[in-house]
Amino acid sequence: MIPASFDYVRADSLDQATGLLERHGDGAKVLAGGHSLLPLMKLRLAVPEVLVDIGRIPGLSYVRDGGDHLAVGALTTHDEIARSPLVGSQLPLLAHVAGQIGDPQVRHRGTIGGSLAHGDPASDLPAVVLALRGTLVLRGPGGSREVDSEAFHLGFLETAVAPDEILTEIRLPKMGELGWGFEKLTKRAQDWAIVGAVAARLDGDGSTAIALINVGPVPARALAAEAALEAGSSPAEAAARADDGIEVSGDLNASEAFRRHLTRVLVGRALEKALV
Amino acid sequence: MEVTITLNGTECTHDVEPRTLLVYYIREAAGLKGTNIGCDTTSCGACTVLLDGRSVKSCTVLAAQAEGRTVTTIEGLAEADGTMHPVQRAFQEHHGLQCGYCTPGMVMAIVSMLAERGDHVLTEADVRLGLEGNLCRCTGYHNIVEAALAAARAPELRL
Repeated sequence: MIPASFDYVRADSLDQATGLLERHGDGAKVLAGGHSLLPLMKLRLAVPEVLVDIGRIPGLSYVRDGGDHLAVGALTTHDEIARSPLVGSQLPLLAHVAGQIGDPQVRHRGTIGGSLAHGDPASDLPAVVLALRGTLVLRGPGGSREVDSEAFHLGFLETAVAPDEILTEIRLPKMGELGWGFEKLTKRAQDWAIVGAVAARLDGDGSTAIALINVGPVPARALAAEAALEAGSSPAEAAARADDGIEVSGDLNASEAFRRHLTRVLVGRALEKALV
Repeated sequence: MEVTITLNGTECTHDVEPRTLLVYYIREAAGLKGTNIGCDTTSCGACTVLLDGRSVKSCTVLAAQAEGRTVTTIEGLAEADGTMHPVQRAFQEHHGLQCGYCTPGMVMAIVSMLAERGDHVLTEADVRLGLEGNLCRCTGYHNIVEAALAAARAPELRL
């Protein structure tokens, strides 16, 4: 499978990249590791006229200690995140999930920024960022702005990143020793989740966040189950409400009814681990 | 566009379309047919090569993304006099292949796994997990894992 023809530009700086995006508008796509975009281009589901490769822009691959949070550069690969001692000690949930994405070859190329900006509800990392109430930093021709994870995912493969903007950093509050759970069901180890669930205890008010993977068209939190926990329900009672008010998709891997069942079961298992 | 890659230690430059995938650069432009194309969808791992020493699926990397980088394929493992790389030798000694189609990708994935292990002593579970991105449709995994574990014990790979 060969992608349709496109013009390729390797950007040396963020300013150059956002300038190119501003000039080419919807016809341009940003390329980082390429492990979300290139498969779509090979299937010709994405046919950009211009590919702006940001993979060599210096200073976008890092994990920094920001005091109460970690700041992760958008070009940091899943493999780098999974192996980072800082992430391992402060955000063990993120390290664990990054180490479960795809397979080693995919983790060597795929980046956290690419995964988030692609906006695929089947990706694992958006659920982590949603659960932890992360903040996303977007850079456009006019400067940078911050977007809450709540307001980031707008639709299927659609995010708050404007056509002339680039996601540059993801900020996640430190978890320390707070409990968490991550569950995903795959047919083969390397596959996308048919359904997945993230549960995480939050610092501060001591509440528990639950986010879902590949349940509906948009990465989503299980708000009804979160509210049930808040109101004093047991983890099992809360898990029974995990799919309440959630738009659930059916596809070749799982019917809507089966997905609802998986959502309740996997949220239950994730909560068991998070709330020990 | 001209893309220059240090391929198996030799710098080469080829004029290719921007949409050229690394695996086609290797097979068609550079003429090295040891790297196989299996699924062409980032699943099977047959096209695994090393990009700057780390395993990648070359069907999901543009040649342009490898500009100025080093790429190692199965042809680049043996020494000039034909002496096999320890992983290749382990595959031979442990019969780590049946039809052989997945073998180049398996070998390259294992070379990367061994380079990344640091001080960690690889277990069978580590090897099986580490090969989750490489499919063998002969289902010959048992001897592949045996070969990887034997290579992991090879003294010349202990740095």
